[in-house]
Amino acid sequence: NMLSAQHFGDPGKMKDYHYTGPVEHKFSPYAYNGGTVLAVAGDDFAIVASDTRLSEGYSIHSRDSPKCYKLTDTTVLGCSGFHGDCLTLTKIIEARLKMYKHSNNKTMTSGAIAAMLSTILYSRRFFPYYVYNIIGGLDEEGKGAVYSFDPVGSYQRDTYKAGGSASAMLQPLLDNQIGFKNMEGVEHVPLTKDKAIQLVKDVFISAAERDVYTGDALRVCVITKEGINEQTIPLRKD
Amino acid sequence: MALFDVSGFNSDLRARILPSTQVPVLDRANNYNFGSKFQEFAVPPGVDPSGFLESCSSDGGVRIEMDHGTTTLAFKFRHGVIVAVDSRASSGRYISSTYYDKVIEINPYLLGTMSGSAADCMYWERLLAKECRLYRLRNNQRISVAAASKLLCNMMLGYRGMGLSVGSMICGWDKEGPGLYYVDENGTRLSGRMFSTGSGNSYAYGVMDSGYREDLTVEEAYDLGCRAIAHATHRDAYSGGVVNMYHMQKDGWIKVCKQDVSELLHRYRKEKLRV
Repeated sequence: NMLSAQHFGDPGKMKDYHYTGPVEHKFSPYAYNGGTVLAVAGDDFAIVASDTRLSEGYSIHSRDSPKCYKLTDTTVLGCSGFHGDCLTLTKIIEARLKMYKHSNNKTMTSGAIAAMLSTILYSRRFFPYYVYNIIGGLDEEGKGAVYSFDPVGSYQRDTYKAGGSASAMLQPLLDNQIGFKNMEGVEHVPLTKDKAIQLVKDVFISAAERDVYTGDALRVCVITKEGINEQTIPLRKD
Repeated sequence: MALFDVSGFNSDLRARILPSTQVPVLDRANNYNFGSKFQEFAVPPGVDPSGFLESCSSDGGVRIEMDHGTTTLAFKFRHGVIVAVDSRASSGRYISSTYYDKVIEINPYLLGTMSGSAADCMYWERLLAKECRLYRLRNNQRISVAAASKLLCNMMLGYRGMGLSVGSMICGWDKEGPGLYYVDENGTRLSGRMFSTGSGNSYAYGVMDSGYREDLTVEEAYDLGCRAIAHATHRDAYSGGVVNMYHMQKDGWIKVCKQDVSELLHRYRKEKLRV
């Protein structure tokens, strides 16, 4: 075998390495802005709650950036993840809601909005919206409904769901308190609106204690047939 | 497009495989012409879509997790087809749902199961349901199971290599009798008597194969389906929740049961101790 003279040119001396081919710079269009969203459905009400902290890395960009977006008189969308995609997604949804209203002369129902959001998210299957969505509202019969999504549009109807940075902390707590999981000999009392609101507040206070991306304030939207009532409660600012 | 050529996309080949009515992928999806017949998908510009999400999550970047994981099974026997699925949806290591519905009721005589990526299965099987309905309206007769599974298979082939993850079984009863087809994201389409898909499929096969006979009674078949899923959830970390079971009969499917796997496994253990 003929061995290249280059390799045996100067033994002991480091050879300069010049790479002359194309270089791939990683295209990284996403950022993680934190935030937690929660939704609970009752017999005749629904609650959508989110914290209001907007962070990135070690910084907090804003302490007043709620993640609940009112879509109709009976539906609220909570989205957390990458704030840029949240804004674009809500803009598209609001435009589609108006188009539906103009074509069909009626407001979209919660179930219809959920099905539509699934296809909007899936249209970006190969370049996803980095958003964790939860829709809370009233269905056509006036009962509470919660729909939870993954970033590419898989969804289902739930009774309660937590999403976002503290979701893994909150979901087990909700499973226990609302779903009565892992408890024996407990009477399954249906959840009243006031108890649900108090539970949501308590649960977010716990989340703010242990999750760095959750805190500052809590925005709670309570949806009943009378309309949507919003409250803001302070949380830990550290 | 110049960008397509530079990025090495084999757009030529794709145009030859795709039927002419399907629009190829663009860099931005059009959200506002929702009366259109063609679905458009956005792709990240200049990068290979199937590797794009992985490259985002490396080096401390963001992790976008999609819902995954399952055990599903279906088998034909004398009295029809039994379809049994678990109900766990996991995204990464987090269980995002314990009661996820993995059977799509396409119409009263066709069922589709979901395994792999939840969003992919849900979207394409919903699209399949739409096509089946259109077929019924245009041809005044129900679509056959073979044709329905072929439609899904061709949808998968149109996006082959782009990172979809679908492992689905199409079950139904048509003029040829009970039908069971397995379709996956590579375009594999197989007709058979017994299939199991998902991360827990090998465990389910073991239990199903040891208990299967063509002349099972209906009760025995229900029991076999439950046992196979329950034992698979016991050993597979990504399966769990409840067993959702359907029975496909001549005049349509019926939903048989929705049983918690922990209770089933507890019952099986007690039976073993009694014997």
